[in-house]
Amino acid sequence: MSTFLQSLQTGLSEALSDDERVILLGEDIVDPYGGAFKVTKGLSTRFPGRVLSTPISEAGFTGVAAGMAIRGLRPVVEVMFGDFLTLCTDQLVNHISKFSLMYDGVSVPMVIRTAMGGGRGYGATHSQSLEKMYMGIPGLQVVAASLAHDPAALIRKAIDDQNPVLFIENKQLYPQQIIDALDREVSVEMRLDDASYPVAIAKNGSFGIPDVTIIAYGGASRAILSLMRRMSREEINIKAVFPSLLSAMPTTIFRAEVDASAPILIAEEGSAGFNWGSEVASTLYEVLLPALRAPIRRLAAKASVIPCAAHLEDSVLLTEEKIEMAVLDLIA
Amino acid sequence: MIIDLFHTRVDDLSLAQRRECFYRRMLAVRLCEERLLDLFTQGLVRGTVHTCLGQEACAIGVTSALDLARDIVCSNHRGHGHYLGYSGDFTGLIAEILGLSQGVCHGVGGSQHLHLRNLYTNGILGGMPPIAVGMALAEKRLNTGAVACIFLGDGAMAEGSCYEALNLAALWHAPVLFAVEQNQYAQTTHWSSQHAGSLQDRAPAFGVPTTVIDGNDVEAVYQTAGRLLAQMRTEGGPQMLFMNTYRLGPHSKGDDLRPPEEIAANRAVEPLKRLEDILGRDWCAEQHRQIATALDKTVNMLASEIK
Repeated sequence: MSTFLQSLQTGLSEALSDDERVILLGEDIVDPYGGAFKVTKGLSTRFPGRVLSTPISEAGFTGVAAGMAIRGLRPVVEVMFGDFLTLCTDQLVNHISKFSLMYDGVSVPMVIRTAMGGGRGYGATHSQSLEKMYMGIPGLQVVAASLAHDPAALIRKAIDDQNPVLFIENKQLYPQQIIDALDREVSVEMRLDDASYPVAIAKNGSFGIPDVTIIAYGGASRAILSLMRRMSREEINIKAVFPSLLSAMPTTIFRAEVDASAPILIAEEGSAGFNWGSEVASTLYEVLLPALRAPIRRLAAKASVIPCAAHLEDSVLLTEEKIEMAVLDLIA
Repeated sequence: MIIDLFHTRVDDLSLAQRRECFYRRMLAVRLCEERLLDLFTQGLVRGTVHTCLGQEACAIGVTSALDLARDIVCSNHRGHGHYLGYSGDFTGLIAEILGLSQGVCHGVGGSQHLHLRNLYTNGILGGMPPIAVGMALAEKRLNTGAVACIFLGDGAMAEGSCYEALNLAALWHAPVLFAVEQNQYAQTTHWSSQHAGSLQDRAPAFGVPTTVIDGNDVEAVYQTAGRLLAQMRTEGGPQMLFMNTYRLGPHSKGDDLRPPEEIAANRAVEPLKRLEDILGRDWCAEQHRQIATALDKTVNMLASEIK
């Protein structure tokens, strides 16, 4: 048994141990603090000189990491809150993602890890899921682990990737247990997409065609897996497909795993419209029409600010209850 | 012929020989820039070109002081002189700007996006300084002995990322030479209209030592850059070389609104003119003839490929 946080810590520790080129940079990441969400806790003590706390200079240290990556290191940057990625955006859009596409023999193998998502009352500028803004940038991989993935393996894969990777960690996942093989209510099978990133296929029972297929990633997996456990007791069969690489569509896997005769729900925590779900829905229509029985349903957070107060925040964000209502509506 | 000129080690030369070599290098850059503007006028260049007319001493002085076998050069939108000083690769540059496959980036990069060996340019002002700091830190960690040189101008010094880079370079003792070309203008805006206070006093506040020189004196640029680079190799840490110069040409093409008398006054002190007084008009005219002939041959050959 391992939490999402412990798994990430393990993955980073193994990467530092196995590859001398790996170096971590970010705000307040050295011990004793070990990062705002404790992902790097213990690592500066175990790997002296290879875990560097930075000034509050997101644009600066993102660029520094890019320079390190181009010249042979494997930097892993922590951006404390995903909301602060806006400050790194010039480096991501105009530098990091472009170099390997413009210049022969240049690659920028770096990872930018960041904590996204709400549910903790941090308010409008510390709760967003901004990853949708970075999914349409050629040359940049956007990756998110869910509770159905192995975060340790996934962060190591991102570190080994020759391309720059934006690695999304939903902050509500950190204390959660990741699914293991002994789970009696939800089983998970792993498929690899065309870029060899894992797509987790989760089922809450033994069935052929599900009552509903849910397609989601990262943070939404918490509510979806919880709902799947509850619904398994009511014999509502749900299949959930959780890609980890978000910036390219796993079309082959969709074709193999998404049944056109069952209703489809796409759920994500980012704000509604112009989002990951738009691309997934578009891809599914291309793959599944004309066999598709019903319109694809999409759920996301309201396109608004994320309030601080709990009841207001729930009204804006994706919740288990909202997913449940959508599922029940789809099978009614 | 022109490439050979850039492969000579100038530190082995006498002062008189070096002066001749610098003159020829700067002249080659100047004549190349003029030909690029001509090609633009003829409609053979897509997009834009930013020339370094008047700033040749900064490019040639600094690149001649670098250890080109290992040092890193990062540059900006006005990077032709840096590229040529680094490589002597006139064919690769001109072909690149003409969009030909034998261009150094096969026509993908154009004027602003160049890469060869350890040289990297990009078109976003202030974007490259943090990257240069990271490159220097990587070289330091990998113990290669290389340093990074980042060219930037007074315009880029209005970007916040420059100051994040200065802070990080000093904090982490990165061997970076911040080579500032104070060419007085950001596009059409005089530096004094976009900056409060003094530019040259900024880096010292971060603990980055700054040496201010006449950027039109190529020997002074070369000597000072060499001294700072030697110091960086033994003591580590960043340095700023602040070079006062003047952009004789427009920002790109046909966008020059400066008073003609101001430009004329600066023509009297530009880097080539200075050396002409020492080297003699006749000798200089002969160099002009030789280099122009060689360049025209290259330009005509490449231009014929796109017609």
